[in-house]
Amino acid sequence: MESVALDLDNYRKLLKEYLLTHDETALYQAEQLSKLSVQHNVSPEEIIHVHIKALKELYPELPEEVNDSLNFLLEAMISYGLALQEYQHLREKQSALESEISVAANMQKTLLSTKKPEIPGLDIGAISVPANRMNGDYYHFIYDNDHTLGIALADVIGKGIPAALAMSMIKYSMDSFPEDLRQPSRILENLNRVVERNVDPSMFITMFYGLYNPKDQTFSYASAGHEPGFYYHKETDHYSEIEAKGLVLGATNNATYDQEVTQIEAGDCIILLTDGVTECHLGDRFIERDEVLDVIKRYMHLPAQEAVEHVYKHFERLQDFHLRDDFTLIIIRKDV
Amino acid sequence: MDFKSCVNIRQEWDIVGARQLGREKAKELGFGTVDQARIATAISELARNIYLYAGTGKVRFEIVDQLDKKGLKIIAIDEGPGIRDVSQVMQDGYSTSGGLGAGLPGVKRLMDFFEIRTEWGEGTEIETIKWVR
Repeated sequence: MESVALDLDNYRKLLKEYLLTHDETALYQAEQLSKLSVQHNVSPEEIIHVHIKALKELYPELPEEVNDSLNFLLEAMISYGLALQEYQHLREKQSALESEISVAANMQKTLLSTKKPEIPGLDIGAISVPANRMNGDYYHFIYDNDHTLGIALADVIGKGIPAALAMSMIKYSMDSFPEDLRQPSRILENLNRVVERNVDPSMFITMFYGLYNPKDQTFSYASAGHEPGFYYHKETDHYSEIEAKGLVLGATNNATYDQEVTQIEAGDCIILLTDGVTECHLGDRFIERDEVLDVIKRYMHLPAQEAVEHVYKHFERLQDFHLRDDFTLIIIRKDV
Repeated sequence: MDFKSCVNIRQEWDIVGARQLGREKAKELGFGTVDQARIATAISELARNIYLYAGTGKVRFEIVDQLDKKGLKIIAIDEGPGIRDVSQVMQDGYSTSGGLGAGLPGVKRLMDFFEIRTEWGEGTEIETIKWVR
């Protein structure tokens, strides 16, 4: 048990001063000493030991009972000394873990990185912020030589490291699919099998996959139990939900997914999100979907990237800068 | 072996006996009050482990006299179930009996030398030394 020896002379001096004057200054110095002792790993029993010694020097006639009782107190402090050491050890361990997690988080960022494509005629904004260090949300753009744009958005139920690991699996499965596999429903069906085979049954992944085809200006999509997004019709100035039925990934091994198609007109927007957006907490209640939409509407006049950032900042403020869940929002606008 | 330097642990009460004998030896060797208290706590932990997990065993004391230093060696031996995962019990915060037991990591901290030999199904032997400062 290594520690810096308490300075007996100093302690005796302080104690004497206090016993004579009852001065607050001496107590303040005792407080300083206490802090320093904790810093230097001095355990409580050592302080009591020094106290006994100092007291004996000041009062050589110290009654035997007082001396014994202080030794009794010393015994009673032993476990606190151990707890202090354990605490310090755990603190070191924690900082080691922290740095390991930050390496993992950086690695995840690199692994799951996606480039927001620059596509003539489309204005795209995307933001994804993890609640903790690692993200259980994932979005990916696949811009092909045939100029179609695939948009994948997935959310692992749960957050943190297990969620992040599951997301890496989704990303690599998608990468391994043949290039001609572009139909949203087929992609989800394939991913469902991958998830069902490889992930613990208690873990669910929701996912939305959309495919924009500029040739016929259609947006095809399918959803695996994912939080519905919104569709903005410029002509009617109306927002509707992007609905699609389908089971979450990994629930059964042969799930099928309906594929919907919608025509996209100039000025229309596709808004995709994860439940980290719709399940923002306001005090002790969840925010309503209507309220979410109201906030999004407020920023829809901005370029897509600015809009998603403003919406994020709004909800971040609303929740006192403490996200409860990973937050992902994508806005795609077809330019007029 | 000197009969008086060994305490059999069969019931909880024997933990006190082991502490007492250990403290006497520590005093004889010239340990200060703080170290006496630490040694006694380490003995408690070792003896309690025997009582709780092995049922019976013994705690033996030896005086180690080397050229440059003197110390007290405590050996705790049982023929209980042994420890399946030593690295787990040596982790802070791990204590199957619950509560804030100092556990084996605590013993290691209280003493200067610590060695554990255990085989699943064959018991445990822990040897630990505190040097007089």
